[in-house]
Amino acid sequence: MKRASKIYTALIMIFLFAPIAILLVFSFNRAKSLSVFSGFSLYWYRELFRDSETLKAVRNTLILAVSASLISTVMGTAAAVGINKLRSKFMRTALDSVTNIPMINPDIITGISLMLMFVFVGRLFGAATSLSFWTMLIAHITFCLPYVILQVLPKLQQMDKALPEAAMDLGCTPLRAFFKAELPEIMPGVVTGLIMAFTLSLDDFVISYFTAGNGFQTRIYNMTKKTVTPKMYALATIIFFVILTLLLISNFSDSDDASPRRREKTTRRDKKP
Amino acid sequence: MKKIIELKNITKAFDGDVVLDHINLDIYDNEFLTLLGPSGCGKTTTLRIIGGFETADEGDVIFMGENINELPPHKRNVNTVFQRYALFPHLNVFENVAFSLREKKMPKDEINKKVTEMLALVALKGFEKRSVSSLSGGQQQRVAIARALVNQPKVLLLDEPLAALDLKLRKDMQVELKNIQKATGITFVFVTHDQEEALSMSDTVVVMSEGRIQQIGTPVDIYNEPENAFVADFIGESNILDGVMLEDRKVSFAGHVFPCVDSGFERREPVDVVVRPEDVDIVSEEKGQLRGVVTSVTFLGVHYEIIVDISGFKWMIQTTDFHDVDEHVGLFIEPDAIHIMKKSKYSGMFGDYSSFSDEMDEIGEVELEVLEEMETESESGHE
Amino acid sequence: MNKKTRSLIQRMTLTPYSIWAALFIVVPLIFVAYYAFTDNSFRFTFDNITRFFTATSQIDDGESVREVRTYLVIFMRSLKLAVISTFICLLMGYPLAYIMARAKARTQSILLTLIMIPMWMNFLIRTYAWMTILQDTGILNSFLSALHLGRIHIIGTESAVVIGMVYDYFPYMVLPIYSVMAKLDVRLLEAASDLGCPAVSVLRRVIWPLSLPGVLSGVTMVLIPSISTFYISQKLGNGKFFLIGDAIEGQYVANNLHFAAAIAFILMVILLACMALVQKLANRKIIVA
Repeated sequence: MKRASKIYTALIMIFLFAPIAILLVFSFNRAKSLSVFSGFSLYWYRELFRDSETLKAVRNTLILAVSASLISTVMGTAAAVGINKLRSKFMRTALDSVTNIPMINPDIITGISLMLMFVFVGRLFGAATSLSFWTMLIAHITFCLPYVILQVLPKLQQMDKALPEAAMDLGCTPLRAFFKAELPEIMPGVVTGLIMAFTLSLDDFVISYFTAGNGFQTRIYNMTKKTVTPKMYALATIIFFVILTLLLISNFSDSDDASPRRREKTTRRDKKP
Repeated sequence: MKKIIELKNITKAFDGDVVLDHINLDIYDNEFLTLLGPSGCGKTTTLRIIGGFETADEGDVIFMGENINELPPHKRNVNTVFQRYALFPHLNVFENVAFSLREKKMPKDEINKKVTEMLALVALKGFEKRSVSSLSGGQQQRVAIARALVNQPKVLLLDEPLAALDLKLRKDMQVELKNIQKATGITFVFVTHDQEEALSMSDTVVVMSEGRIQQIGTPVDIYNEPENAFVADFIGESNILDGVMLEDRKVSFAGHVFPCVDSGFERREPVDVVVRPEDVDIVSEEKGQLRGVVTSVTFLGVHYEIIVDISGFKWMIQTTDFHDVDEHVGLFIEPDAIHIMKKSKYSGMFGDYSSFSDEMDEIGEVELEVLEEMETESESGHE
Repeated sequence: MNKKTRSLIQRMTLTPYSIWAALFIVVPLIFVAYYAFTDNSFRFTFDNITRFFTATSQIDDGESVREVRTYLVIFMRSLKLAVISTFICLLMGYPLAYIMARAKARTQSILLTLIMIPMWMNFLIRTYAWMTILQDTGILNSFLSALHLGRIHIIGTESAVVIGMVYDYFPYMVLPIYSVMAKLDVRLLEAASDLGCPAVSVLRRVIWPLSLPGVLSGVTMVLIPSISTFYISQKLGNGKFFLIGDAIEGQYVANNLHFAAAIAFILMVILLACMALVQKLANRKIIVA
């Protein structure tokens, strides 16, 4: 890179990471102030772990993100396989357009629309409040699905169409052919889709705001509505380091995957029944 | 000989385009049969119908006397070598070959034995642990063959398996495939668009065009006795002329009456006349049956390819003697070098060497236009 | 593939998704329209739509009191801030995407990860961190006064809202542009300079038109969330700049679901129209280029 490019990139990175750095630093602040650093302390971390409600909210968020991303990955991968096999142009266009809707529509509209439906249906059944963990889960699966499909579909298109045929030729039923020949090929797309779905679910605020009862997101929202304590910063710092570790691990395993040595190792392991 | 596969009246259309039009074909035991034709002629679709990857709209596929129209691929006793091999990238060489055996839940030591045997057959001993992506094209090809043969199918289907290899390797693999076929005694159904490949390897060649079978025969029959202008043009080089059968063993074409060996046509029946380029002798003008001017000479190593213009029709002649451009020459054709064919829908489409492909005609025209435009532009620029 | 197997696979794979998409993507949008055009007892009415265009309120700017169309003003303000933010994102992001696309593979993947890390942080906390920075008693002002540069008042201004939007949605601009540029054939650029193009011309005549699809999706991906945000404006604008998202959220909190649906409906229609227009322009532009 040229020098000017380096400086430019560095400036952007400062812009991107300044707020995160400040979060980090002030989570260790002894005082409650968010502008004056008065000394190192783990006080806010202790406070965080004492706050059982926040912890419960975190746990719920994680459960939500894990289930939403898993369900949307399975359903989205299946859908991608089906879409890829569609021969009817009309059906293809129709499905593509519908799949695009949650990606183009502003979150607020996706959230409002689902909320309106849930409320309406809830009233039909005479429920006082129809919004719950389950409505939020449905909403999260709905907005994660298109991203999974978007990741898997290109892998299917790039794949040699003859691979599943070869497996069937060699004695696999269509279903087994999918798992033995097709799935290993599209796995990178499936994994990326899963990670994206997980991230999106974790980061979502707007849709959860409209479709949730008392989730984590709205809880932070309520907290930041009043005054924020560095307790939240402590939580953010923990999230940051968890993410960083995950990224580093996935980066290392990525570069390992590329080497033939690793590939052989996996196949050798696969051979064992 | 025993019939293994019978295709009866197979018809197939994709989105209204008919790709197979009432195909009837018998495939015999221990035979090397080649489906030959240009791309889009339906040869691959025929293969895929035998393999079970496509279902015919009409007609029956009979396998050893049994109708297998509805049988899915994994239950058919045929295996396929796919066009770009379709090796499983996530498995190594051994596992690729062992794939179908594991599917059958065969005991481990038996798998070991069979795979080792197969890899020896295709000369890939010691490659067991290699990843398939690290292999050369030829080696991948062998793995694909081993993988398809390990199951001991009755029939092996090969879809243009040599298309991706370079010339020398392709020649070697042709010999090797033929040897493997002989050694195993398995029926090979081979799809290719390369006529040389088809002639050199097959027991039977099936020439296809536009979803129909044009001719079925041994390589020698197909070359020497093409049934119509399409076959004559597609297999080897041919000069194809309009002619009239005057009587038995007498044909008129290119403004001259030639003695020939064919008979059994109506009197004065219009026919297509095929003369192979290597069967034409160039002689002095006065000795020739036909007279013309040499318009181009290409040296090809073994022989010269000479184009001679005889009153507007360009003849191709292959000869070891050199003749210069613009030389006036005579042509002499022996009676047994003339092959007469019935008129078909392909009459008049092939066999004139004004250019080797239609595409060049178009390019030539465009180039001329562009050149003219450029000239006018540069002229106006000077003003 | 065999016809029967194909239709079986299709039914198995597509049916769950098709039902899901119909039930939770299409039907909810019908509900938005249904609520927008009905009153509290679900009788058909245009009132909600009319209210959006005609409701007025008074603005007191210290000197005089003006009467304005409330929601139109809010919408125009949202549009203005969103366009400014999108433009800044493009201005900052395009060069970065270019630099990344031309860097070594290793550098590319590191930069990519770095850009995505903030996306992994919680949106609320991210925005809140900026509040801490920009406050009158915040870090920025401590920093400035330490350098004897005086203090600036930025929290609660439109600039603060724009900073928040740019920060939150910046990656959405960079990533699509980068992914298009990374696929650009280097030989195209070489061909251009071979044909006598100076560097600036190569950028203008080759790189820019070819990266246009990435730019378009980047612009859409930033414009849409920033036009409809409601949290950023509340936090960084001190709630002084009511945006269209705040309007919807406010009506939702007040349990005015029908009017909230009406605003959402209008917003959706406007966005769809804009996108269709952009798509059309883009198609023409690409053909011209």
